[in-house]
Amino acid sequence: MKSIELTATSFPASIRPEGDRAMPGTTISDNGGRMTWQRALLALPVLGAMAMAGCVTVKAPDKPIVIELNINIKQEVVYRLSQDAGQTIDKNPGIF
Amino acid sequence: MTGFLNTTFRRKLALGGLGAALLLGAAVPVLAQGGRDPAYAAARAAGQVGEKMDGYLGYVSTPSAALRAVVEDVNIKRKAVYAEKAQANHATVEEYALTSGCLLIRQTSPGEKYQAPDGSWQTRTSAPPLRDSRCP
Repeated sequence: MKSIELTATSFPASIRPEGDRAMPGTTISDNGGRMTWQRALLALPVLGAMAMAGCVTVKAPDKPIVIELNINIKQEVVYRLSQDAGQTIDKNPGIF
Repeated sequence: MTGFLNTTFRRKLALGGLGAALLLGAAVPVLAQGGRDPAYAAARAAGQVGEKMDGYLGYVSTPSAALRAVVEDVNIKRKAVYAEKAQANHATVEEYALTSGCLLIRQTSPGEKYQAPDGSWQTRTSAPPLRDSRCP
């Protein structure tokens, strides 16, 4: 039966075929493990400096932030109407 | 014959000159007032009325009944114009009036009164007037 053969040859999920897979660098196979730790330690200050350089400091403003939306919208309207209003004033000299 | 012609010609010239002088004399004050009602023009020049920020005339000092009538008439006419133009420009009457107020304060002549952003009456000098921050 083909199906039985297939299940027999395949690895069950629980078995680790290549031994214990721990964190990289912690394997105590040979000198290579210690080297990666040393490299990581050496790189720490460099990484720290890079992090500091890339830091953007944001200070909270002393005064409360007030968004005067009403004024800004009005100003837009005033700018839009100013040309027409100027013409209106010129055309009605008796009342302006 | 020539003498007669000359005299009529001279008379016509003199009459024409007189007419021109009369026309000029009548035209100059009208131009100076800009077509304003004389009572309104006088009150403006005297600093009794001034331009408000909202686009209407205001009283700097307590007005006489006659002056009040003239100023109210001007303000009613202004409001009618503002309303018509505001509708045409898809804006509110207040927005159009405020815009006009900005411009009217800017074009006041030295000596005339206008309302500053703090609400006080100021006399226009040759310096730019104190206006609302939204004014163009």
